Amino acid sequence: MPFFSYLAYPKPGAKQALLNDLTTLDHCEVMVAENEEILILVTDTADEKKEKELQKKLNKLKSLQSLGMTFGHTDEQTKDRQKE
Amino acid sequence: MDISRREFIKLVAAQSAAATAGVLFPGISFGAWEKLDLSSGRIKWKKTPCRFCGTGCGLLVGVAGGRAVAVKGDPNCSVNKGLCCVKGYHSIQVLYGKDRVTEALVRKNDKLVEVPLKEALDLVAAKMKETIKDHGKDAVAIYGSGQWSIPDGYVASKLFKGCIGTNNVEANARLCMASAVTGFLTSFGLDEPMGCYDDIDHADVFITWGNNMAEMHPVLFSRMLANRKSKGHIKIIDFATRTTRSSQASDKSILFRPQTDLAVANAICYEIIHNKWVNWDFVNKHVSFHKGKTNIGYGIEDHFKFKDKAETVDFEQFKAFLKDYTPEKVEKISGVSAQDIKYLAALYGNPDKKVTSFWCMGPNQHTRGTWINNLIYNIHLLVGKISTPGNSPFSLTGQPSACGTVREVGTLTHKLPHGVVMKEKARQLAAKIWNVPVTNIDPKPTYHTVEMFRALDRGDIRLMWIQATNPMVTMPNLNRYRDGAQKEDRFVVVSEIYPTPTYDIADVVLPSALWIEREGFFGNSERRTQHNEQLTPTPGNTMCNSWQLIEVARRLGYEKQFPWGRETHIEDIWNEYIQFHDNPKHRMAPYKVLQARSGVQWPFVNGMETKWRFNPKYDPAAKGEGFDFYGKPDHRAWIWLRPYEPAAESPDSEYPFWLNTGRVLEHWHSGSMTRRIPILHRAVPSSYVEINADDAARLGIVNGSKVKISSRRGSVKMPASINGRGIPPKGMVFVPFFDEKHLINEVTLDAFCPISKQPDYKKCAVKVERG
Repeated sequence: MPFFSYLAYPKPGAKQALLNDLTTLDHCEVMVAENEEILILVTDTADEKKEKELQKKLNKLKSLQSLGMTFGHTDEQTKDRQKE
Repeated sequence: MDISRREFIKLVAAQSAAATAGVLFPGISFGAWEKLDLSSGRIKWKKTPCRFCGTGCGLLVGVAGGRAVAVKGDPNCSVNKGLCCVKGYHSIQVLYGKDRVTEALVRKNDKLVEVPLKEALDLVAAKMKETIKDHGKDAVAIYGSGQWSIPDGYVASKLFKGCIGTNNVEANARLCMASAVTGFLTSFGLDEPMGCYDDIDHADVFITWGNNMAEMHPVLFSRMLANRKSKGHIKIIDFATRTTRSSQASDKSILFRPQTDLAVANAICYEIIHNKWVNWDFVNKHVSFHKGKTNIGYGIEDHFKFKDKAETVDFEQFKAFLKDYTPEKVEKISGVSAQDIKYLAALYGNPDKKVTSFWCMGPNQHTRGTWINNLIYNIHLLVGKISTPGNSPFSLTGQPSACGTVREVGTLTHKLPHGVVMKEKARQLAAKIWNVPVTNIDPKPTYHTVEMFRALDRGDIRLMWIQATNPMVTMPNLNRYRDGAQKEDRFVVVSEIYPTPTYDIADVVLPSALWIEREGFFGNSERRTQHNEQLTPTPGNTMCNSWQLIEVARRLGYEKQFPWGRETHIEDIWNEYIQFHDNPKHRMAPYKVLQARSGVQWPFVNGMETKWRFNPKYDPAAKGEGFDFYGKPDHRAWIWLRPYEPAAESPDSEYPFWLNTGRVLEHWHSGSMTRRIPILHRAVPSSYVEINADDAARLGIVNGSKVKISSRRGSVKMPASINGRGIPPKGMVFVPFFDEKHLINEVTLDAFCPISKQPDYKKCAVKVERG
């Protein structure tokens, strides 16, 4: 199960719109900064296929300027560590 | 604390992003987490009003594993904007005291023993039936609280007034807010402040009347200090009977002799007129003048009755009345210099300064409490400084829902949720909404709080149900009322969360759910209704007070009036209750709106809150130009001629000190909750008596030494505090009342304001000796 977190930067004046857009997407949880034009996005998808579908949806959001990844984890990483 | 691997990874992911954001944007805040779906996260943040005091701060409570684990201020709540006081930050610990009452108890062979909750509820219902049958409906009573959630008070009123047909419904707000109510009603015809906390952001001058806001309303005081710091020109004047932390933080501290605030307020009016600072445009259009009875007594005797009678007078009569209150004459009565009186008058009289007056227990717990409330309004009305941003005579409440549950629901003997029992129309409306015959509602009030406990002592009341309050610590002249409650054929039911002195006298103890263990509503000082959902499970067999009342009501045969399901009863009660206020003067917000927001101010009309009443710019119920004081038939605010009259008991040769009682920052009222919060208990572990250093030296008392304080009613021993956080003037001692091991109310006097029936906890005569 892939997990990622991002700092999500809205287009100018589109913070609320981005919040609305992200909260309607499946597999997304959002935390909005009170005093800055920025949001935290945490994604939690079932598998790589779903993750790619979500990435496509995110890329299409008109309210989104950019995403800066701050954390990533997949089950593959866990399995790799278990092998080691 | 259970947390799945998936939840853990997501939490780490979120924290990682938050940490990165913190580096990139120093000071960034993610305060509004409660809006987000963090259901898979470790901590869910949920909004609630604070459980303590009447400020109504919004909190965000973090819940994990079914337990409240963290608190922060709610930045979306306009009351506190993310700030809390020390009680708020530690408030959730009150849920988890080791001796929490979680099971029902019944007194058997003089001991309280655990019984199934059903057995206890059956017993309460059976005893109520038996008492009504043997002694009449007015032999049963309920005594509630400004800490009742709104549905609790509403259900209590419906059961007792609507179904049983007795007006024996009172609440402890009688002890803290009744004079504010009668002050509002006599001056404006409607209860509760015209202004709001936004006044703090607009005022140039704050004058606090007998009000230690630094300790009792610390978040609001912080807002005042923040405004002073950022704007520079703002002045805070502390007008009080003893030096406190508020005095120390103010620009000027003016001390007056107890009870003489009446004379000083009149002297301020004299000066305003003398210096031609009257706002004639406002006065001519919006004010009328009235006088009432004088030498009105103190209510010390049983069955005391008083009814005021208003007589309309004119400005010239008011001016003539004030001739007895020149600053020079009042200096001799009050100890306040004529210069300081003129200074206060000049602040109120300056047309370029917006002035907000704050007060709370000082003017309210006063044998002329209604009068001093009237007199502060007089000052604001003479200069037209009212109902506009920053110009506000503002009576603060002490308890989280003294306004919401007691004043708005009307859990007082003479009140209904809308109007008073004496009015036929009000009874008809209540009977219709409550689905009871109108003849059920008795048109005659019975007992106010002090008289209710006297009736219990006399035997006129045989059964009393006490919820969410601790009268065996807080009643004045306590020895009489404790002895009365324990008489052989009295039956006392106590709904409680911890053992207290009131629990100790109970025949039945019902275990209550606390605050965020149940859904509810509070109503704060500024007409703000605040909803909380249930955030944590109820421990043991605890049950919310509303549901306890409903269980008993059904056992008494009132299933039809209490048909609600347990899961939805709070929403159902709210929807029924707000029918009482369905008018532009008092419309309440719908349930869904309250669920979503961190409080909503009423009147809530066409989706808009009302910040300033009586001003057509802000208040949809106000009509015409300028102002509309629509609570009075003449649509004017009333200036009252109220003289100075002395206290019920003043120091004399045998009892030469004034006794003043009150609270401290760390403890809430009788301490039954805050003394179980370790950090608050350690901060102030026991009560003490503040004494002036000169008096202490004369009596050979040193800091910490045992002192005996005695009155004509009782005595108590406690350690002395000299030059501590509060410093009384010579001839006065001050004692906080939070400590059940030092029951200062065994010493106080049960004199009250004859109009409001609120006792005066601030003034009686005592002697002080080395213990």
